[in-house]
Amino acid sequence: MTAIAVSAVEAKTMYRDMLRIRLVEERIADLYSEQEMRCPVHLCIGQEATAVGVCAALEPNDYAFGSHRSHGHYLAKGGDLGRFMAELYGKATGCCRGKGGSMHLIDVSVGFLGAVPIVGSTLPIAVGAAFGGTFTNAPRVTAVFFGEGATEEGVFQESLVFAALKNLPVVFVCENNLYSVYSSLAVRQPPDRDIPAVAVANGVAAARGDGNDVEAVYELARDAVATARGGGGPTLIQLDTYRWREHCGPFYDNDLGYRTPEEFEEWRTRCPVETFKARLLDRGDLQVDALTSLTAEIEAEIDKAVRFAKESPFPEPDELYADVYAG
Amino acid sequence: MPAEAPAARQLKFNEALHEALDLALAADERVYLLGLGVPDPKGIFGTTSGLVDRFGSHRVLDMPTAENGMTGIAIGSALVGMRPVMVHQRIDFATLAIEQIVNQAAKWRYAFGGEHSVPIVIRLIVGRGWGQGPQHSQSLQSWFAHIPGLKVVMPVTPYDAKGLMLAAIEDDDPVIFIEHRWLHQLHGVVPEGHYVTPIGPVRRLREGADVTIAATSYMAVEALRAADVLARGGVEADVLAVTTLRPLDASGIIDSVRSTGRLVVADTSWRSSGFGAELVARVSEEAHGALRAAPRRLGTVETPVPTTPALAQFSYPRVPDLVRAVAEVVETDAEPLLALLDPPPHHLDVPDSTFTGPF
Repeated sequence: MTAIAVSAVEAKTMYRDMLRIRLVEERIADLYSEQEMRCPVHLCIGQEATAVGVCAALEPNDYAFGSHRSHGHYLAKGGDLGRFMAELYGKATGCCRGKGGSMHLIDVSVGFLGAVPIVGSTLPIAVGAAFGGTFTNAPRVTAVFFGEGATEEGVFQESLVFAALKNLPVVFVCENNLYSVYSSLAVRQPPDRDIPAVAVANGVAAARGDGNDVEAVYELARDAVATARGGGGPTLIQLDTYRWREHCGPFYDNDLGYRTPEEFEEWRTRCPVETFKARLLDRGDLQVDALTSLTAEIEAEIDKAVRFAKESPFPEPDELYADVYAG
Repeated sequence: MPAEAPAARQLKFNEALHEALDLALAADERVYLLGLGVPDPKGIFGTTSGLVDRFGSHRVLDMPTAENGMTGIAIGSALVGMRPVMVHQRIDFATLAIEQIVNQAAKWRYAFGGEHSVPIVIRLIVGRGWGQGPQHSQSLQSWFAHIPGLKVVMPVTPYDAKGLMLAAIEDDDPVIFIEHRWLHQLHGVVPEGHYVTPIGPVRRLREGADVTIAATSYMAVEALRAADVLARGGVEADVLAVTTLRPLDASGIIDSVRSTGRLVVADTSWRSSGFGAELVARVSEEAHGALRAAPRRLGTVETPVPTTPALAQFSYPRVPDLVRAVAEVVETDAEPLLALLDPPPHHLDVPDSTFTGPF
């Protein structure tokens, strides 16, 4: 077991944040068959610890960027739940006024500067946000979440090189969930490819940890953030984790045969939410009788967000033409 | 020259760009320049020479040879308040950065419901001649002009090089600023100090009642040369430079065609699915009844541009081609007009006899 890295209060908050992401994603899965959320959804069930552990190490005014599977990143950074849900429903009150959907999430008020679905694309943009900060007297730390598939993109190396060259305050968060859609790591990368070593070869410090252990994630992120904030430059952290549901959509897809039932079961028993709950109960940081009300509280918040989304108006037809240009 | 240029001072196109960049850097600390070779001794064909000494290497930056990543980095810096001016010495190099330009810069504002603009200028230089060959002489404006969310400009005169650069830097949207290598050494009247050329309207370079020639970039210079010859033969051409390709304001061309009834379009790119086709289409849709002859469209031949001058000389439309096209649409015999032309220069692969290569 990981050494206790956080106070009981902080641990409880991290547990609550992970549970909240889990329950939001499960609610989306439940509601998806109504066919009212008319956009692809890439659920992050099974990967909640990476989002929560990293964002817990960031200050509110630090920046974060995401990818196609970024519901958890957005929520962990503090993105508004109602506007998120409304975005999935394509409503005018959504965080992108309905124009982005699940794959484009933004909440500038909490420093979540954007998630986009082209693999690897936010890597340089995040480095650029950090670089832009060097022109002012208020540099912040920028975290960018991406999958291991993004490390196969050329822009991954381009981003590492410039972050190292300029010693920028960036935390590269590589979530390795072993699959790019249905293509396993084995068919995409040579067996001895070591992603942290790639970072190090490009001048970026790197570490690797258990992406399903939120405290382990937090510790790695806390060190990387402290290094960045202290002028020590960028760090890459590789977090090994697992996506439970299908690549895109609300269902399980183990029937497709691209991964074995044994592999899935092994990862399911390492559920980041359940294992952390057990640890907190064991430590006495969480009481059993508090669990019901905690869940009920979150479910009520989700109810409210779903109601807000469903009751919100669609954008007016004129909105089609708005915001192609600023002027 | 445009009527609004009051001063008599002459600058070259590249000097006008240099002056615009100098003014922008001095006026706004959010502006910075980046690109491979920006601070080097050659200074991007003289357009950035010496600026590093004046503004420092943190604002006049060289960069890794990483076109796509560096475009993303420029975009990211724009999201937090900077106004980067990026440059690639050939437009061909920007093909490596299409992902960031097309998916990210062009879409960011729209996809995120207007939360953030991307005020970035990307300078791209079209090469021609001296064996630039298949991968250093493309003119890819049609690609960029296809994309909503981008603004695409191609200045022709030194006056507009400066005015459009200042407008582009001050614009809150991503602007693709396309220069032509054969324009860099051309002279023109350029006022001192700050002014902007508005992004949008076409620019009338010469007034005439008989035929409208709408041209982009270096083809507008060729159009002016053709217009001189045509005038000596009694045909007055209305020469319009299309300096903003997107968002396209075709009203100036349509007004001209309503008056002349005849249209020749000359673009520096390929004709098929090229920007010239857009101009003809717009006029056909909006002023079909005014056309008294089928429009003509000039562009590069439908091959890559070869390196050897023996073949490359056939790649580009030139003054005689413009004269022939105009003769056709005004329904007159081309031969007497062509007889007025000066003999062609010995070498066709240089903009003028002072250019001795290599780049």
